[in-house]
Parts: sequence; structure tokens; C-alpha cells
Amino acid sequence: MNIIQALNQTLHQQFTKDERLITFGEDCGSFGGVFRVTEGLQEKFGEGRCFDTPLCEQGIVGFAIGCAQKGLKPICEIQFADYIFPAYDQIVNELAKMRARTGNQYTSPVVIRTPYGGGIHGGFYHSQSPEALFLHTPGLKVAVISSPKDAKGLLTSAIKSEDPVILFEPKRIYRAVKEEVPEEEFEIPFGKAELSREGNDVTLVGWGAQHHQNMQAAEEVAEEYDLDVEVINLRSLNPVDVETLTASVQKTGRCVVAHEAPKTGGFGAEISSLIMEHCFLHLQAPVTRCCGLDVHFPHTLEEEYLTDAYKVKHALLKTVEF
Amino acid sequence: MKNDGMTFKTIQYLNEHGDLAKGYTPSVSSEIVLRAYKKMIVTRHVDERMITLQRQGAISFSMSSLGEECCSVAAAAALSPDDWIYPQYREVGAIFWRGFSIQDFVHHMFGNAKDLSKGRQMPNHFGSRDLNVVTVSSPIATKIPHAAGCGYAMKLQKESNISVAFFGEGATSEGDFHAGLNFAAVLKVPTLFFCRNNQYAISTSLDHQFHSDGIAPKGEGYGMKTYRVDGNDFFAVYDTVIKARKHCLEKGPVLFEAMTYRMGAHSTSDDPSRYRPEDEQEQWKKKDPVLRLRRYLEKQGLWDDKKERQLWEEVKDEVTAAIEVAKKTSNPSLKTLVEDVYSDIPDTLQEQYEELKQFFPEGS
Repeated sequence: MNIIQALNQTLHQQFTKDERLITFGEDCGSFGGVFRVTEGLQEKFGEGRCFDTPLCEQGIVGFAIGCAQKGLKPICEIQFADYIFPAYDQIVNELAKMRARTGNQYTSPVVIRTPYGGGIHGGFYHSQSPEALFLHTPGLKVAVISSPKDAKGLLTSAIKSEDPVILFEPKRIYRAVKEEVPEEEFEIPFGKAELSREGNDVTLVGWGAQHHQNMQAAEEVAEEYDLDVEVINLRSLNPVDVETLTASVQKTGRCVVAHEAPKTGGFGAEISSLIMEHCFLHLQAPVTRCCGLDVHFPHTLEEEYLTDAYKVKHALLKTVEF
Repeated sequence: MKNDGMTFKTIQYLNEHGDLAKGYTPSVSSEIVLRAYKKMIVTRHVDERMITLQRQGAISFSMSSLGEECCSVAAAAALSPDDWIYPQYREVGAIFWRGFSIQDFVHHMFGNAKDLSKGRQMPNHFGSRDLNVVTVSSPIATKIPHAAGCGYAMKLQKESNISVAFFGEGATSEGDFHAGLNFAAVLKVPTLFFCRNNQYAISTSLDHQFHSDGIAPKGEGYGMKTYRVDGNDFFAVYDTVIKARKHCLEKGPVLFEAMTYRMGAHSTSDDPSRYRPEDEQEQWKKKDPVLRLRRYLEKQGLWDDKKERQLWEEVKDEVTAAIEVAKKTSNPSLKTLVEDVYSDIPDTLQEQYEELKQFFPEGS
């Protein structure tokens, strides 16, 4: 089962169990969304619970907030994370603040699903990784999927969350990554990272599609340089699993963090700070960031831009040789 | 009136002399009219006192509904208590109609421990879950799509209630106005969009806000039933909201443009003498909605000077007492700083709170 199928199966499963659930977005109705994540839902659960919206992201999120206040559980889709910005005000000023600003009288536990990231020749506007912009906003939970199991477990947790969630989905590996996913319901709790590969020499941190580049790099340096890399798939960026990160870096004494988004102000900087605060006396090398350039996401030179396994491998070697 | 030359018809039943239009018979009982008049007086008096308190430095900020009390009170009176109201900051009259006490409101204005919003927002950002009044937030127009979503939920939950978004004419320039109305029209939700066209967005007049014949034609542009009424006329607002509510439940959303005038400043931080002429303000004083309804009630033999004086005294005493209580009420606890950001306090935030506590060993 691939990520799309896992998301779709989860929606079908949860829609059957909980009639408060509704889903909507551009082309999400009978068409099932441009990536087919909402396929079959309208047919099975009716137009009232799965529908197309006008092409207006601030409307999608604003409308979802009202639905949630009145007791529905909206799962809305922003077709590409690059187009989430018209909804930025609704997300930052309303969605994130609702519980606090009303003194816990009104809440808006909306789930926003949005495909993100590069690798599909999408250029400036179908490739961005804007997760950091939502990590500086208290009130939101933010998670990034990297596998079909993640997809099911994190979406299920998001649906059950009493707080608003933004779920970033790596469209580049939507169909490419496949694995067995249990049929029965399960949750992957927010704030719990996955230790994907155990190792003793250096900790490698990533999330989303990047995680697969990291795994590849870890295997390559194991084979070529006999390096033992511990790989962490962060999954949830807010809350972040400080415990798993800290335990790993205290063991290895070295850390590389890799992400597709531009380096400056990216979440890698926060990871680096957390490690400074918690692991300073264990560190044998500075934390290395292997990130996107501080540029707009390119079209033709996409491969040159991306933090692929080759670049990650070099970052690992540099850290170990420090 | 700046809407000279407007072509969209304005509904009016009560003129500024307090006389009803020929052939018009009120559908509303005298009891409700009297109750509404009293709530308008409460709103006006509370506003005055809050402005004074701000000048004295007792509260940080205040906004007034002066001249627009009829819009919020008459609309709230025409709604069902189960209809959800998404107010802007000039709908204090609506929450008073719903039963918010003067004390509730004054606690909120002080942002103390008894403020339902726990002192987190500026004054005039009231709201109450018990009264189905969604707490105000400062960004303009953001609540318009919320109201559409709420209406959609009501429809899906098979309720016979509607949602109502209140906003000023300035809000119609925001993207969220377009988003909310378009979603509502396409999805046929039971939502009433109530625009108080009070002629000014802080200092910006209508001429600098849009080039259309007011707001009403925009409703028609979205394929939506639209009414324009004299917002200072209790009967026009009340009767038309009743009609609009019925339309919402049977056919879909309604845009409502209430023509009125912001007789006061935008807020205690504003000075309207810098941007609008005295004579314009004088003209509108003659159309004062409270004065107009008083004249009507007096002509009906339902009101007189004595009752008026008595009411003002009662309200004055109640507000004075409420202020004294609010002044003696403590600030929200230090803990409220980290509560309600999430349903539970995350570990990282708990750590930050422990650090903060060292600086405030005796609490806030």
C-alpha cells in the first residue's frame, strides 16, 4: 500500500466511525482530489460530507474553522502547500489562537492536509516546504508524513486531536513508497519520533521525503566507510520529541540534520539549538545542517538544489571527520 | 448622508420624528420594543462609562457603538437565542440582549480573572459560549467565512438555526468577505451577513473604500438575497432580520446592509475631528436611533421623561457597582499564560512556565 492509499483508507475508516467528519477542498468532491486522497468518499458518504469548494484557500480554512466551532470535524485539503499562504492569516490569527483567545470557550480542531516538497519538477510553486513558517505559531500541531504507516497513524491522531493540526504530505513519494499497513485503526502520537536505524557514530535527523534520502545515505556510508549512523524520522515537528533526539546525540556525540527547505530559519536551526541546550558536553563536533539553499525552489536545477543522499553522505563524513 | 445617489432601495418604517410609515403596522410586541430600547440605553451608557474609565487610566482601551446601537439590538432581538452570532466589536448591544450582564462586560473590559477570555484580548473583544456569541477578534472580516462554516454545520446537523456575521463596510474590502459570501452562496448555507455601513473605517470614508453603490449590489453579485435597510430604524432592522432569517433557513444566505453612522470615534485612540466635518456629525445626530425609538415610544404613551431618568439612574448605579467589583477582582493567574494554547500544556511549555515562575514567586 502506498501513502495515497493509506490516507484514503484512513479517511474511509474514520468517516464510517465518526459522522462528525467532513472533508473538502479544491477538486476534493467527486473527482477525489488531484492526488486522489479523497477518492470514493463522496460516493460513499454523500455530498454533504465530501465536497468541492470554490478556489479560495482562505475560504477553505476559514470555513473549516466555523464548521469545527459548531461541532463538526473538518479535514480540509490545501491542494499544494505552496498555495497555503492566502490562508496564512486564518491559520495564524484564528485557527491557532481560537482556544486561547476565547478563554477555552470555542475551539477549532481542524485538520489541514497539504502536499508539500520538491522532486516533481514543480518549480517555484509546486515544490516548497513551508513547515518552519507554522512552527513559530503556538497553538498548532505540525507533522510530516514519510511512509504509508506514518500516513495512517498520523492522520488518525490528527483526526482525534482536540487541537488544530497541519499535516504535510510528501507528494514526491506519495506513490513511490510502499509497505504493509495494518487494516485496523492505529495512532502514531504527536511528539513521538521514529528511530528508523540504530547506530553509534552519528545521529541523522530528518522528516518527510528527506527521511528516505537520509536512510539511503546511512546505508551507503555503512557500506563504504563502515560508519554506524543512527537515523531519526522526526514525524512530528510540533510537539517535537526532544527525548529521542537527546538520547541519541548523547550517545553518538554528533548530529546532522537535513531538510529540503532553505537553511536560514529552517527547523534544522531549532534542532541544532535543542541539541546545544541538551547535549553540549556530549558533542564531539558542531551540529551540521544539510539544507536547501536560501533561494526560491528551482525548476531546471531541481536536482542540484535538493538535499539528496549524496549531499547527506558528505555532511555525515564532514561531521565525523571534524 | 453619503449614500446620496445610491440606487438600491432602502427599507424604512420609522422616520426620525418617531412616526411609522403609512400603512405599516409593527409585527413586534410593545414589550420587545421596550426591552430593546432599554438594552440600547444600557449599551450607550456602558460605552460612555468605559470611555471615561479609559481616560482615567483604569482600562487600556475602549470602543463605542454610539449611533449604531439599533443594528445590534434589533438584529439580536429578531434572532433565535440558538442562532450563533459572530460579532464585530460594535455589537455589544447584541450580547446584552442575549443576557450578558453589565458585570460580565465590565469584568471583560478590565481583563481580570473573571473575564471569560482570561484577560488575553483587548477590551471590547467579548464573547460567551453560553450565549452563542463567538468571541470577537481584532482582524477584520476573518469571522465571515467562520459564520459560513458554522451555518454549514447547522445545516448538516439538521438544526433550524442560522449563523450571523456582523461587520462594518470596511470589512467588505477584505478577501475574507469575498471568501465567506461566495462559499455561503455556493453551499447554500443558512447564514446572515449583517453589514453595518457606518460610513467610516477609522478615517477612511466610503468614497475611498469602494466604487460600488454601497454593499448591497455585492450580495446580488454572489447570487444572494440582499436587503438594504435604515439601520437606525428599529422596525426596519427587526422586521427585515425576521424575513432574512426565514430566507436563510428555506433558501440560503442573505446579505444585509444596514445604513447607519458611527457617531463616536473609532476607538479611544482615534480623533474623528481630524477627518470628518462637524455638520455631517450634526446631521446624523438628528437621525440618532435611540432618540428616534424614544420619540416613537413616547408617542405611543409607552415612555416618558420620568421613566427615562429612572432608567438612566438604574443603569448608572449598576455600572458603578460593577466597576467597583471589577476593580477589586484580581488579575488572571500566571498559569493562564500557558493554558489554552493547546488542550493540554505541552512539556516544553510547562518547562517555560516553571522558568517564568521563578520571576514571579507570588503569582501574577
